[in-house]
Amino acid sequence: MELHQRIEARTVALYGPSGAGKTTTLDAIAGLRRPASGEIRIGTHVLFASDVGVDLPVHTRRVGYVPQDVALFPHLNVRRNIMYGTGRRDETSSTTVLELLEIGGLLSRRINGLSGGERQRVALARALLSDPELLLLDEPMAALDLGLRDRILPYLERVRDEIGTRMIYVSHIKGEVRRIADWVVVLDGGRVVRSGPPNNVLPGT
Amino acid sequence: MMESELVRVTAFTLMMAAIATLVMLPPGVALAWLLARRRFLGRDILETLVSLPLVIPPVATGLILLKVLGRRGPLGSLLEHTGVDIVFTWKAVVLAMAVMGLPLLVRSARAGFERVDPRYEQIAATLGAGPWRVFLTISLPLAGRGLLAGVLLGFSRALGEFGATIMIAGALPGTRTLSVAIYRNAEIGQDAAAMTLLAAAVTIGFAAVSLSNRLGAST
Repeated sequence: MELHQRIEARTVALYGPSGAGKTTTLDAIAGLRRPASGEIRIGTHVLFASDVGVDLPVHTRRVGYVPQDVALFPHLNVRRNIMYGTGRRDETSSTTVLELLEIGGLLSRRINGLSGGERQRVALARALLSDPELLLLDEPMAALDLGLRDRILPYLERVRDEIGTRMIYVSHIKGEVRRIADWVVVLDGGRVVRSGPPNNVLPGT
Repeated sequence: MMESELVRVTAFTLMMAAIATLVMLPPGVALAWLLARRRFLGRDILETLVSLPLVIPPVATGLILLKVLGRRGPLGSLLEHTGVDIVFTWKAVVLAMAVMGLPLLVRSARAGFERVDPRYEQIAATLGAGPWRVFLTISLPLAGRGLLAGVLLGFSRALGEFGATIMIAGALPGTRTLSVAIYRNAEIGQDAAAMTLLAAAVTIGFAAVSLSNRLGAST
């Protein structure tokens, strides 16, 4: 696939059908997949640059990732999951994230006892507490039913507005994209079809 | 047969098998992880080499070890200069057990690592965990049951080791394991002693393998 984008916005949505290359793009940014060539940069922080031979290891990229299946560590409880990457965060900000996502009461629970919505919030907290420069969310609500999506979206809006972490949000649902993103990149067949503010690139309802 | 021989030989065998298991654990886990998670040149050859002791006669493996570690062997002559003697000592017993148990440990541990969804390791890395931390906190605990089953299998195999042991450690009083002692007693017509030792070997082996199977089944 080919992707050339320089985006100033804080919350970017990658929008497009299955197979458009959305997850591939996230994997490349996180360092889980190596592009054939090109450059990936967050501000001045170069993550990958083929022409100068830069390819930062995943654990030094400071890119938080919430995959579609959330991938909570099954052998650790909620507390140990969300604290896994907290080496870079102070205690006050941990408390803020726990309060914001309302998961303080889940800390001693086991992962397999959580509901779908709780899993999403725990995965989001875990990624946020690793203090990422950029948060990648791969269809974070794909596995949830409609009612649950409406309950989770406000949490994402709070993360965006109150913590201010830069996000790339993958979705194929227009309504979600409109609510969350201030810039949309429409992908299809591994290429950018359109790019711009949601109202310009996602016309109609 | 004297109770004391039964106790001494059984204790010696258990201790040797336990040390052999400890010896095979680091290379076994490393090999299992490499074979489960990495693609590299010579991987097929390494995989075959690791499994080789399972298919060639144990006596042949013992002969290879004897040739390598014997006084005129490439490693043996080096060790002789440093004053380390392996052949026909308890260290040879441990070595024979470790070499023969390693393939079983690697197979089971490798299956354990292969069952760990790589996504967990990737996500741990995105959270800032370096390769060692990912291995110790994610891969190893999630592969834990397969690994434990492998440890028990390797230990069980070590307990029953005979062919390689008799080649490299002989049947001396200080190197006599349960299987070697059974052979010795049967050979000189001490059937009752051989049967007592046999009962001990079967009991220990049965316990170890059934525990290993239970762990393997619930992985």
